[in-house]
Amino acid sequence: MTITEKILARRAGKTSVQPGDNVWVDVDVLMTHDVCGPPTIGIFKKQFGENARVWDPEKLVIIPDHYIFTKDKYANRNIDILREFASEQNLPHYYDVGSERYKGVCHIAMAEEGFTRPGEILFGTDSHTCTAGAFGQFATGIGNTDAAFILGTGKLWVKVPPTMKFVFEGEIHPYVMAKDLILRIIGDIGVDGASYCCMEFAGDGVEALDMEGRMTLANMVIEAGGKNGMVEPDQTTFDYLDKRTSRQYELVFNDAGATYDSVRVYKSNELQPMLAKPHSPDNKATVFQERNQPLTRAYIGSCTGGKLSDFVAAARILKKQTVKIDTFVVPSTNEVAEGLNTLRLNGETLAEIFESAGATIGQASCAACLGGPADTFGRLNSDDEVCISTTNRNFPGRMGAKKSEVYLASPYTVAASAITGKITDPRDFL
Amino acid sequence: MSHRIKGKAFVLGENIDTDQIIPAEHLVYSLEKSDEKVLYGKYALSGVPERESGLPGGGIPFTPPNAFETEFQVIVAGKNFGCGSSREHAPAALQIAGARAVVAPSYARIFYRNAVDGGFIIPLESEVDLSKEISTGDEVEVDQVRGILKNLSSDRQFRLKPLGDVADIISAGGIFGYARKNGMME
Ligand code: SF4
Repeated sequence: MTITEKILARRAGKTSVQPGDNVWVDVDVLMTHDVCGPPTIGIFKKQFGENARVWDPEKLVIIPDHYIFTKDKYANRNIDILREFASEQNLPHYYDVGSERYKGVCHIAMAEEGFTRPGEILFGTDSHTCTAGAFGQFATGIGNTDAAFILGTGKLWVKVPPTMKFVFEGEIHPYVMAKDLILRIIGDIGVDGASYCCMEFAGDGVEALDMEGRMTLANMVIEAGGKNGMVEPDQTTFDYLDKRTSRQYELVFNDAGATYDSVRVYKSNELQPMLAKPHSPDNKATVFQERNQPLTRAYIGSCTGGKLSDFVAAARILKKQTVKIDTFVVPSTNEVAEGLNTLRLNGETLAEIFESAGATIGQASCAACLGGPADTFGRLNSDDEVCISTTNRNFPGRMGAKKSEVYLASPYTVAASAITGKITDPRDFL
Repeated sequence: MSHRIKGKAFVLGENIDTDQIIPAEHLVYSLEKSDEKVLYGKYALSGVPERESGLPGGGIPFTPPNAFETEFQVIVAGKNFGCGSSREHAPAALQIAGARAVVAPSYARIFYRNAVDGGFIIPLESEVDLSKEISTGDEVEVDQVRGILKNLSSDRQFRLKPLGDVADIISAGGIFGYARKNGMME
């Protein structure tokens, strides 16, 4: 069996499962946020009663992150609902807005807080919950009804997905980032190329990636229709988790005889900086092919491209440079924001580098990654905007105005393009 | 629940994502307060680019401006319907607008689950892409038991795939109905 099959089998209390089986599993962690938490709570109360208690407060994590710094009254009401629920249910893992506990983007916060443990099952009311597959956890997005069902019962049915394996052989060029790898895969297989499959990443190219790079890979499996992402845990995983959690976890690895639905092998040294052109994550091109395409905006942030290593990459390029277009920098979490203020490249903090280049730094949250209310930081409010972004989706209207255009790229490429105002290969600045 | 759904078809292309089904700025309304809930019907499919809204001609809003309900009961679309975010507001919005079934050759899995488990709208799989065979406004009839979609306007009929395991959840009205029926909860 593959790791995914083994985790599902264990938590279903079975010795083995096969792709296509429908099984009921015990849930280790349930995560929700401010957009889907309130309707989930509504369904929970309707189905289990006004005074119902959640199945296990220790296993529930609530992280408001989407619509945080807005005047929108409905969005603010959502936070009130979460806050009230957390106090009523005495929840230990609620990260309130405006408090010292506030984190920022849930998927990054989950890792920072050590909830992304190998061998476990994580469901979250957000499609990018798959990010935690980077740690060898079975992690996938669900809707409010399924989440409410878990809140009351601690269980959910899952159809066991077949596993597609993606192998990167050899060393990856220093100017190629994990984002380029996943954009390449999605472009190759299409936005439904992994429909209901586990996408497992392997090979020495992947083993050499740090946890944040692996998270970028797993984060975007949903953009190919994947059910979950998976990287077999190794020393890199354990070292990260040692600093983040003292909880024990079970190690699950692939069996030698595991069967894969397909195996695709990439020679790492043939990989290029990649783009997804408007309006689909599989609208593949190399940065070189689209060079000189004029832009109006650059955006560095989100659960895909707003981790500390993403900003280190951007800062390497933006140091001693000036941006030509509006450039927005949004740390995914407060911990990352702190890193911007403390981490230095040749004497300057990352924040100083961005500010002296002319970029604007926002507060930790999802911000314009999903458009959101009109007063959202960095939102594309005009149809004329052409943005290059480190985020994960460029469907019509994703970042705001319906006709605005979004190119997805790595932090290196976005930073290089911010300097010239046109799509630019990062090799020009590295 | 009757196994037949009859009504007007609304036709869309491939890869209709949940941001198009219900744009993110609208996700803030309460699904429990009736005066706000209707807004999901008003904005259902409002993120679809104009020329792709109501094929083959386009330019047809799913819900007319200033209305809260649609005249279309059956959505016919290309592959990978409902891709993108996990927002359950998407199948909910389609149901609130008054649609009852979607017919597409394939679905993004989270949307499919949400539609079924929440009992919002029935996601039926067609054997081939029907978005080129049916026009917006055609009168159609979906027969779940026989697995057939009839285009009453052109008198042609098309095969649908069997629902499989999820049929029980759909007929129980969603995952909660199913769990109660099977003694998994009170
Ligand atoms: S940063 Fe973007 S993709 Fe990530 S959770 Fe927030 S809205 Fe979703």
